[in-house]
Amino acid sequence: MARIVGGITTSHIPAIGKAIQGGKSNDPDWKPFFDGYLPVRAWLDAVKPDVAVVVYNDHGLNFFLDQIPTFAMGAAKEYPNCDSGWGLDEGPPARGTPELSWHLIESLVHDEFDLTMCQEMKVDHGFMVPMSVLWPHATEWPLQVVPLAVNTVQHPLPSPARCYKLGKALGRAIASYPEDLKVVVIGTGGMSHQLQGERAGLINKPFDLMFLEKIASDPEALARLSVRDLVEAAGSEGVELIMWLVMRGALDDKVATIHRHYHVPVSSTGAGVLLLENAA
Amino acid sequence: MTWTSHDFDSIPGTYVFNGQRSAMGYPLNRMCMSFNTEENREAFLRDEDAYCAKFGLSDDQRQAVRDRDVLRLIKLGGNIYYLAKLAGIFRLNVQDIGAQQAGISVEQFKAMLVAAGE
Repeated sequence: MARIVGGITTSHIPAIGKAIQGGKSNDPDWKPFFDGYLPVRAWLDAVKPDVAVVVYNDHGLNFFLDQIPTFAMGAAKEYPNCDSGWGLDEGPPARGTPELSWHLIESLVHDEFDLTMCQEMKVDHGFMVPMSVLWPHATEWPLQVVPLAVNTVQHPLPSPARCYKLGKALGRAIASYPEDLKVVVIGTGGMSHQLQGERAGLINKPFDLMFLEKIASDPEALARLSVRDLVEAAGSEGVELIMWLVMRGALDDKVATIHRHYHVPVSSTGAGVLLLENAA
Repeated sequence: MTWTSHDFDSIPGTYVFNGQRSAMGYPLNRMCMSFNTEENREAFLRDEDAYCAKFGLSDDQRQAVRDRDVLRLIKLGGNIYYLAKLAGIFRLNVQDIGAQQAGISVEQFKAMLVAAGE
């Protein structure tokens, strides 16, 4: 049976991708941030997951505002990325697994999560930056992927509670796949940042540190927050943290924090890295 | 018909991208979506206002594009992720447009971000 070997969180802001592409990972400005990933990369090298479910949001590449799905899952053999006007080079396309994707879709829809199903899907920096920061300079990705897109752009957004429940359903869906696979679930985005309005530049370190703690120890407390609570505390773009709750829901109630790292600022963002495993 | 109000309307300096803003900003955001290709970015630079007109931007939106006024574009329904594609054409990054909207210099903006980590 497939099993979840761990959950990872990471920011996905374009500046991270540009720093990697520009060879700046060891620059004094960037080293403290990228060093936060070293234990996660070592864990990935040791555990060698077969598949990553990447929970991310599209910023206007695959989806435009004409049609915005609340939740959408890829079911393609390949996920290309391409120019989306953010100045990032194209990386190698991600390799999909239609068999697993369709199993997850069937299980989730049966579980009352009515996803949009995507047999063609381009993935932008929301997806690619996490791949690049976890497997830097890969010429081909060492595992297959299932993209799970969550709407964090066009309000109304799904609530933190809904996202946490989606994660629970995702966990059940993965656990019911008959093949022996090691699956890692990656929650992307955040942490606190606001790119718009007079309040642009908001970073809320105390909130971020609280979130990093509670996502492991008491995710239900975070799931009780409203979208408004998140926007107010973490910023209009920091609301992406709802995607961390999808990752967390997929794991067991009790988890062990294998690694935790926080760095401010990365571009205009508080950046948090977490590696969780189900507690024995 | 009236637009319904929301609990997030009271958060200062924050323009949550709801249906009302998305409806108002649709032509503007649609234009920004076109900037996913280099060809369209070049076409915009050849004749900015004609390009804006082609996508049906309002007079106010066209003026705000001319003025590079991101806060005004936000108030006119622009979504920041889409406006970032426009700002990229002007070689402005998220710190540049953040500082502009907050009404401070880029240096002050960066100092504010660093201070947030202390």
